[in-house]
Order: sequence, then C-alpha cells, then structure tokens
Amino acid sequence: MNSGGMNSRIGYIAFNTFREAVRDRVLYNLIAFALLLSGAAILVGEISIDIERLVVVNLGLTAVSLFGVVIAIFIGIGLVSKEIDKRTLYTMLSRPVRRWEFVVGKFFGLTGTLVVNTFLMAIGVFLALLYVAHRFEKMDVWVLVALYFIVLQFLIVCALALFFSSFSTPLMSAVFTFALFVIGSLAEDLRGFAKITQGIGGWMAAAIAYLVPNFSALNVISQVAHGDAVPGRLILYNSVYALLYSAMAISGAVLIFQRRNLK
Amino acid sequence: MRMSGTRRVNLVALAVLLFSMAGGMATLHAIDRLRRGSAAQEALYVRSSKVLRRMSLGYTGLLADIYWTRAVQYFGERHHNGSGDFRLLAPLLEVTTELDPRLLPAYQFGANFLAPKPPSGAGMPGSALALMKYGIEHNPDQWRLYYNLGFLYYTELKDYAKAADAFAQGAKLPVTNPFMSILAARMAQHAGEFDTARMLWFTTYQSTKEAQIRQNAVDHLLALQVDEDVTRLEHVVEKYREQTGRLPASMGDLERAGFIHGAPADPKGRPYKLMPDGRIEVQDPKSIYFITKGLPPGATPPQPPRQTATGSK
Amino acid sequence: MAAIEILDLEKSYLVGFWRKRPKLALHPLRLTIEEGEVFGFLGPNGAGKTTTLKLLLGLVFPTAGTARILGMDMDDPRVKAQIGFLPEQPYFYDHLSARELLNYYAQLSGVPAKGRSARVEQMLARVGLSDSAGMQLRKFSKGMLQRLGLAQAILHDPKLVFLDEPMSGLDPMGRREVRDLIQQLRHEGKTVFFSTHILSDAEALCDRVGVIHQGELRGVGAVAELTSQTQGKVEIIFCSQTVPAGLTSLGAEARVSGDMVNAVLREEQQDAALEVLRRERLKLISLTPVRSSLEEYYVARTRPTEGRNEDGRKEESRRGVGV
Repeated sequence: MNSGGMNSRIGYIAFNTFREAVRDRVLYNLIAFALLLSGAAILVGEISIDIERLVVVNLGLTAVSLFGVVIAIFIGIGLVSKEIDKRTLYTMLSRPVRRWEFVVGKFFGLTGTLVVNTFLMAIGVFLALLYVAHRFEKMDVWVLVALYFIVLQFLIVCALALFFSSFSTPLMSAVFTFALFVIGSLAEDLRGFAKITQGIGGWMAAAIAYLVPNFSALNVISQVAHGDAVPGRLILYNSVYALLYSAMAISGAVLIFQRRNLK
Repeated sequence: MRMSGTRRVNLVALAVLLFSMAGGMATLHAIDRLRRGSAAQEALYVRSSKVLRRMSLGYTGLLADIYWTRAVQYFGERHHNGSGDFRLLAPLLEVTTELDPRLLPAYQFGANFLAPKPPSGAGMPGSALALMKYGIEHNPDQWRLYYNLGFLYYTELKDYAKAADAFAQGAKLPVTNPFMSILAARMAQHAGEFDTARMLWFTTYQSTKEAQIRQNAVDHLLALQVDEDVTRLEHVVEKYREQTGRLPASMGDLERAGFIHGAPADPKGRPYKLMPDGRIEVQDPKSIYFITKGLPPGATPPQPPRQTATGSK
Repeated sequence: MAAIEILDLEKSYLVGFWRKRPKLALHPLRLTIEEGEVFGFLGPNGAGKTTTLKLLLGLVFPTAGTARILGMDMDDPRVKAQIGFLPEQPYFYDHLSARELLNYYAQLSGVPAKGRSARVEQMLARVGLSDSAGMQLRKFSKGMLQRLGLAQAILHDPKLVFLDEPMSGLDPMGRREVRDLIQQLRHEGKTVFFSTHILSDAEALCDRVGVIHQGELRGVGAVAELTSQTQGKVEIIFCSQTVPAGLTSLGAEARVSGDMVNAVLREEQQDAALEVLRRERLKLISLTPVRSSLEEYYVARTRPTEGRNEDGRKEESRRGVGV
C-alpha cells in the first residue's frame, strides 16, 4: 500500500474540506459571537456586582461550546452528506482515493475548521475577560482547560456527524447528531437513572447510557467559572475517551461507507 | 489478491471499532469514578431555583427529575461508602422541590433521610421539617405528605402530640390510607409501644417503591423485633428470679421452668445470649441496625452499613 | 490486451414497499472493449448505461459477475490511477475555482507536484477554460462545467476514459469541440468508452457500438460494417423546381426543396433516371448509394420484445450478441 500517497491524499482532502468550509462563510459566525460577547462584557462591566468574571467565563465558554456544536453539525452534514447526495463524489472516487481515506480526510478537515474557529473565539473570551477583570489571574489557566475539553467535544460531534452522514439523509443526520448531543450532555444522569431502575428498563437505560457520548464530563464550565482546578487525571481520561469515541464513530462510518451504493 | 484491499480496510475498521468501543467504556468507568463526588457539587453551583428555572428554558420538570436523581445518587453513594457527610442533601432536595413542588418522592426521601443523625442521615431535622411543610403547602391533598410529617415528628423529634395532629389531618382527606386514623389514635396513648412503631414503619415500607427507604424501614422493623424480644426475655428473667430467688444460669433453666419454649433467636436466626447478670444480649451486636436493647453496656446502637461477620447487610 | 472485459456483470435492486422483490437493472452483461478503440454505448434513457458505468467504476457494487479493467481486477485500486471519468451533468465544489479544482484532483490522482500547475494550465487551455480559470464554480454555466468535467477526466493522462453523455448540455460549437477532443484521445492511443443516445455522434466517432435496452445488451457491431451495407437504392439530387413525370413513373420517392429535388429510387433504375434527367436537360448535382444507417440498427435492437414479465427477466433464452 502506498502509505505516502495515503497520508498525502488524506491531507489534501482535509485541507480542501477546510477551504470549502471557510469559503462557505462559516467563519462569519465569529462576528455574531464577538457581538454577543462584547455586548455581555460591556453590560456586565456597567453593573459590576463582583461577578463579572463569572458571567464572562460562563457566557463565553457556553457560547463557544454551543456555536461550535451547531457549526460542527451543519458543516459536517453539509459537507459530507451533500457530497454523497450530489455527484461530487463520483469524480473523486474514480480517482485513486480509497473510500476510507475520504471519510478520515473529511474528519480532519472538519475538526481542523472547528479548532481554528475555537482558537479565534478563545482570543475573544480572553479579551473580554481582560476587559472586565482588568488583569489575568492564575485561575484563568483553567479556562484553557475548559476550552480544550470543548475541542474534545467537537471531535466527538464531528465524528458522529460523519457517522450518520454515511448512511442517512442530510436532515436526519443533523437531527440524530443533535439528539445525541443533548442526550450525551445528560449522560451521567442517565447512568444514574439506570442504576436505580430495575428490570428491562434498567438494562436498556444502562446500554444507552454507556453508548451515548459522555459530554457531561467534558463540560467543566461552571467549575472553571468559579476558579476551581480541573484534576489532571480527568484531563487525561477525557482525552483518551474522546479519542476512543471518535475512533469508534469514524470506523463505523468507514464500515458503512465501504459498502454503500452511490446511486 | 481479490478483494484483499477492501477486505483489509474492513477488518482494520472493525478492529478499531471494537477496540475503541471497549476502551471507551472502560475509560468512561474511570471518569465516572473520578467524578463521583463532584457531580453533586457542580449541580449546586446555581442554588437559586429562580435562576435555574430560567436556565432550563421551561423544561423545569426535566431539570427537577435530574436533580432528584442526583440527590438519590448522592445519598446512596455516600451511604454505601460509610461516609457520614450528607450536607448537600438538603440543598439538593430543596432545589428539586422548588423546581417541581409536586415531586412527591422527594419529600418522602427527605423525611426518611434528612432528619436522622449521621451516618443514617444528614442530621438536619429542621430542614426536614421545613421541607415537609413546604410540600404540604403545595400539595394539600396528598395524604403521604401528612404521613411524612407525622413520621418525622414521631421518629426524630419525638413530639407525639404534633405527630398525632399530622396523622389526624391526613386521615381527614378524601383520599387517604386507613392506617392514618389508627396512627393518630395511637399517638395519644400508645406512642411508646412497639406495635405503634411497627405500624408506622410498615406503612412507610408499603407506601414507597424507593429501594433505600424500603431497606431502611425493614432495618427498623427488624430492630423493633429485637427490642421487643429482649424486653420480653428480660421480663421473663425477672419473673424467674422472683419465683426461684436466683438468676437463671442458662436459657435451658428458663425452658425447664416453663417460661419459654425452644431457644429464642433474633430475626436473623441467631440465639439470644443470657448474660450472668441477667441481661439478654444479641449474638452479634453489629449486625442488626438500630437496636436499642440487647447491646453490651456502653455500646451505641449500630448504624448501617457496617462490615459484619457474616457479610450480610 | 483488452481494455475492459466485462464478465456477466449483473445488478439488481430490491423494489417495492413491503415485500421487496429484486428488479434487474442490468442483466448479466458480457462485453469486451479492445485497447485503443472508441466504443459507444447506445441506449435510451434508463436503459442501464449509467448503471454499467457506475459498476465498472466501483461506485455501485454488482450483485453478480465481475470485470477486468486494463488487465487488473476491477476492485484493484491501481486501476483508478489509469482511468478517467466524466459523469453525466457533473457537479463540483461550489466555492473552488476551476484551477483550484483541477489542482486538487491532480493532487488526488498522484500527479507529481513538480509539473502539476503546468499540467493544470495545459488542461484548462485544452478545454477552453483558461479565461475562466479563476472564477468560482458556482458561477459556471452547464457547458463550462461539462468542459471542466472533461478536463478532470483526462488530467492525469489516463489510458482509459469513461464518458457518460459527454455532449449533454453543449451547444453545437461545444459538441464540435468535444468530438475533436475524443478524436485527439483516439490519436493518442487512449481507449474511450462513452455512453450516449445521440446516434450521429456515435456514428462519427466510434469504432464499435453496443446497444443496450431495458438492462440488456441487444447487439454489438463495428460502425463501419453496420453502415456499409447498401440497401440497393440510390439517391439523386438535381436542379429542378418540380419532379419530372418520368421519375415518378420509375417509382422514385422525391422531395422538392427550393430549386432542388431529392429523389430516391432503386439501383436498377439508376440509368433510366439519368436518361430522364438528360432528356429534360436537368442539372445533376449528386448521385450516391443510400447506406444503411446506425439509426436503423438502433431502432431494430431497441424494439420491445415479447415474453417479458414485470421484473424484466426474459422468459426465453438470451439473444445472441452480434458481430
């Protein structure tokens, strides 16, 4: 197998995905984000009841997370499902591009787009923080960790979007991915439900609760807003989990896409 | 070489899928264990239910359910680990009931576990009382809430008059439990009796599906049995002494004298011990919770959960 | 070496809402395309042309049978480096420019970085898109997209080119250019397999044609042979404003358009007809034998046959394939 060719093809596909997303004006969302954040920062600065930092961190990070998930879903579905639906794929797959390389390349392109987007948003958050608090504190470093967790969250969402796109229509893929995002945010509680439910209901709840992506552990926004530290072990475990979960979804996507008839 | 390229990709993808699924779940387990303590803590970063209400975008019912599950889990985990610190239970239950005042199980849980002293409960009878009153205020036609209030007065606060009041009020409702009027009556005269307490705990057991409350009720019923047995046996010993002028040397003496039949045993099947000074003791004091009699002198009533000789709870 | 060897390639779909039954989109197909030839795959819409192409390109998986392309198994990834494909009504990434798209595809096809941009410019020039090279594809007209599609199909100098309705959406000028391009490819020694339902193009370009109808190959033949048979008639064109009585009595079918008459009659009457013209002093413009046309071959092969049940399967044995 031509592994040099394989890596470069994946790289080309990833880059092209990124370029397509940017030209599709995805980065315009940053304008809305910037407006939101600056508005909040200014407002909070006026009120000044000693919770400025709290509000900016909570609002800023929640916005990064939610905007990003929406983008991930829409770009992910738009760029992948659309390609499968329309005929762009015909000319691509008649070239020496393996189907799995296409899936993996798309994944990297998507996550790359989101990482860039998040990076720009992070600058915005820190600027807003500086504006309201007038200086940085040591505890602000945990905001970086929260942002890192949000990026991990995006990895999983992109992988899921790709997974559903491999067999479902654009609309259904968006719906399923969003549904899993909501359920995954309550994953810990779902596991709690499962533990106190008996019988078949308990088994089913447990099965779902373990298969659903564990977004609840990736959300440390309130903690970080209060300046609490994030345990190092959690950072490690979450990273491993996000990688493994994404790998699971992507390999599922590859398996399905391998046998798909492109009508 | 037919299909080998595609087949290889499929195999690799399948292997990755299975491995990452297994690995993911294992990591998930580790994460859960790590976050055990913090979930409840984080849940209470926002204590104001008004703010929570707004944040929930109208889905207050769901949020209440979530807080309720967290409360139950919080208590269950700490109880299981033998920790005596349940300080977050009250705020968790308060937030739950503020979000959904009609979540009845929350009041029952509070009645059973907020008031008792650690490690059986949070040791906050005042909060428990406030919670019951809040519940009644919002659900004036639910007999269970009056029952919980009466239960609270009886078990922890030992205020039998107020307990009788609560039971009586509950008995007057159009939909109620037949035991309510009986309990009201008994509070007046027979408050301290075993039968009354037994009736109370039995009603508690029957009126809930929640596993921890039921187990607690069962533990109390067993303890009542032991207390009753020990009282009766010590009374028998006293009668023997009156009759013969000396203390019995063993259970056999009592049996031969016709006071008992067979070897009396505790609810777990272990025979009671007759001590040289005439007292009765249980075989394994640590294994039966909440008993107030049959203990060695100076011992405190055992509380769950403890390691037992036989390993049973 | 055969460029394409199709061995009993078959595709059926399950149709129906509740009880899914198989419907044969492509009956077991057996066909060989030689290297260096231009092969036309003819058939009405829905006949199975595109299905065949997609099967060969690995976009759709066969329910039975296989094929060998350029001597390699059709699943072999090395095949893809040597083939090019122009799908029907191609669609590309909206936000890329023509140049960027070709560059991207060149990257994916493994064209070495060194000569890549030169090659891209060359291709753009070849299909006449040099002026629009920087324009975003969402602004491209149908004809421009078609040309771009051709460019990406031959970009990496493949040995075998698949074209699905290459003339669709083009104006006469564009069609002329595509025809020239296909001729060029032929001169370069490439094999071209294209599907179309426009017979005049096939007649002009192809070495051999195959006719497919309702998922079944109805006939294959060399164009030269199919159109060489004379039918025993001659066509005479001469200057006149009316049809001379003499010709009509010979049994000629004649048509007047302006100053000219176009008459068809049997070969034996040829001399007698010329005599009539000479007598009437009418100027002869041309005298040509009437050849059988591809159209007749096509129509004959696409006539509906009896004995077919609703899922398209034949009840009798298969027809033999021609020449």
